[in-house]
Amino acid sequence: MIEKALSGGKSYWLWLLFLCGVTVYGMIFYIQQLIYGLGITGMGRDVSWGLYIANFTFFVGVAASAVMLVIPYYLHRVKEYGKIIILAEFCAVASVFLAIAFVFVDLGKPERIFNIILYPSLNSLLFWDMIVLTGYLILNLILGWCGLEAEKKEIEPPSWTKVLIYISIPWAISIHTVTAFIYCGLFARPFWFSALLAPRFLASAFTSGPAILLILCILLKGFRGFNPGIDVLENLKKTVSYALSVHIFFLLVEFFTVFYSDHPEHLKHFSYMLFGYKGHNGLAFLSWTSIVLSVFSFIFLILKKVSENPKAIFVTLLLLVFAIWLEKGLILILSGFNPTHEAEVVTYIPTFQEISITLGIWSLGALILTLLYNMALNVKEKP
Amino acid sequence: MRRRDFLKIAGLGFISGLFLSSVSFSFKPTRRVRWGITIDVLQCKKNRDCKVCIEACHEIHNVPDVPDPKEKVMWIWTSTFEKAFENELGPLVKETRGSDPVLLLCNHCENPPCVKVCPTGATWKREDGIVMMDYHRCIGCRYCMAACPYGSRSFNWKDNRRYIKKLNYDFPVRTKGVVEKCNLCEERISKNLLPRCVEACPYGALTFGNLNDFQSSPSRLLRERLSIVRKPHLGTLPNVFYLL
Amino acid sequence: MKRVYDGKKIITGLVLFLAAFTSPFWYNTVFGTFDYVPELKVEKNGKECVKRTSYMKTNHMVLLRFWRDEVVRSGKRIYKKEDGTEIEMSLSGTCLKCHKNKEEFCDRCHGYLGKAPRCWSCHNVPREAKK
Repeated sequence: MIEKALSGGKSYWLWLLFLCGVTVYGMIFYIQQLIYGLGITGMGRDVSWGLYIANFTFFVGVAASAVMLVIPYYLHRVKEYGKIIILAEFCAVASVFLAIAFVFVDLGKPERIFNIILYPSLNSLLFWDMIVLTGYLILNLILGWCGLEAEKKEIEPPSWTKVLIYISIPWAISIHTVTAFIYCGLFARPFWFSALLAPRFLASAFTSGPAILLILCILLKGFRGFNPGIDVLENLKKTVSYALSVHIFFLLVEFFTVFYSDHPEHLKHFSYMLFGYKGHNGLAFLSWTSIVLSVFSFIFLILKKVSENPKAIFVTLLLLVFAIWLEKGLILILSGFNPTHEAEVVTYIPTFQEISITLGIWSLGALILTLLYNMALNVKEKP
Repeated sequence: MRRRDFLKIAGLGFISGLFLSSVSFSFKPTRRVRWGITIDVLQCKKNRDCKVCIEACHEIHNVPDVPDPKEKVMWIWTSTFEKAFENELGPLVKETRGSDPVLLLCNHCENPPCVKVCPTGATWKREDGIVMMDYHRCIGCRYCMAACPYGSRSFNWKDNRRYIKKLNYDFPVRTKGVVEKCNLCEERISKNLLPRCVEACPYGALTFGNLNDFQSSPSRLLRERLSIVRKPHLGTLPNVFYLL
Repeated sequence: MKRVYDGKKIITGLVLFLAAFTSPFWYNTVFGTFDYVPELKVEKNGKECVKRTSYMKTNHMVLLRFWRDEVVRSGKRIYKKEDGTEIEMSLSGTCLKCHKNKEEFCDRCHGYLGKAPRCWSCHNVPREAKK
């Protein structure tokens, strides 16, 4: 079946070549990071996580959100999703890969990564995250592969995959919950120290994941003439808007708790996020951008006039994904670390090298996604 | 047996089990050694610009003097009262004593959050209370830095050997990509020496000893004088005490 | 016999690959000093080593790793030799105090085998051992 991933026209190969090029470009800077150390990034002793971990968090969410199609398709037998369920599963594969890659490049001693397995520490959430992420990657690879092979042979998928599907549903929830637990178990960072963090993560994941899938569907429709069916697009749009409303609601709940109680330690971080602290208000600008974009996306999604206009909805979805990426990425990390333990603000600006490495990893993810999607669509489109 | 009797016996068994387990908890033998440090804030205030302990510690432990403030490596350093005790001090005290210098170092907490999060066991709590680091095992994920509420941990963002002014050949340096912090002079304690900062202080502002020993100087001082620890509400139970 | 599609291309490719892959071996047989074995300068400085030479030759890393874990993780610093004498477990402090010639002792063999140990990125070479 792999040969199907490599059959395509000239533009397909050019696209692959472009992605390979960007990946190599990123790798050059990663080699520089390996030689020089993480000092080439904008991180420091106060803001000790940055762009890498922000992306990690975001992509774990995208991976988990495949469950928003798996549940209706397998549990409620929403047949229309049959056409794109494989796309959701492969999107999860690429996203988990991205998440793992982003943690990997964040390590100071990547050559020692197997210490996590050699000296397993059950009390560390990072250990559990490694377990659930690799498990989820394998689950989705198997499910996607078996589903596609069955489709190719025009038979039902083997019955044992049913068991894996039922396992994969709580497993998807678990990957994002464990990722939230990495943060919310730390009382040293009041911004993260909230029981609502895991539900918030899930809500924003179920917004951004299906939104990305919708964007991909629209792109595939344009470039490949792949038609997922109008029902599918409408259903996904509904999923995105419901999840988005929950996400905004959770955010407001968090704001209420902090600003009404006036608890100084929490207040310090949330006011830095929204209004700046001691004159540092660069992040506040990003936060309001994210909030305004989220709210407007919600309005556009439920307005009939906009949501029925394919171009408008495409732009809306792009902006929404950007807003969520900001919110559960950079804003989450930076408001957690700032103001620091000594009541100062340390500005974090990702360096050119850091951004290049990030671009490289993204395009590696896109490469995997392209190959998997091309394989899936070639199988589906066979005469 | 009737169902009622069964429930009665089961309930009794459950309650006595609870009781026994709580008793066994409270009879947990206390550790023989619990190292602690006291810092006399008044002494540090009198000698505001004194950096003797910091220089002494950093010299014997090969702690580099990194020029970039973002990438600083610090085992022991100074801050001000209002920054280090931001939520512990009232507004008026901040006016009068807020700018007093405060010596900061790893608190070697009884309940260290950094230890809990380490995915490889590269940092752990020793029997005698020292929060140790194994630089051979650290993978540099910096989870411990996120978990420490005191900013006591530093990361080697690059090879910092070039910033060591005078190399102490008897103590290793740290390679790039690992986290490091104060080790409470574990290597000196094992030879019955005082931690270097305590030894170096020309004003006797620091004391070191076993907090479980009634006679030791820190436990004597902690009985006699009023003291605070940083962020006590977090329940980390620091072993570094500030005498007021 | 079944026909191999593109047989010629495949076989030439394979031959080329094998030639490139084994080239270091060929290079060494022709130009390399094939029978060169590094000669170690073992300066004993009058004392017996921690264990027998034959053991140390093959297993010094096992002992060093054991020492490392004992000192760092268990806080034990004293090692009892087989003859009962006690020494401090320390790479820079014990090993290199005897084997003062690190370059002719450690590095020569490790360099020959292309197996660079990571010890020295942290552990210091005592001044007297530096040449």
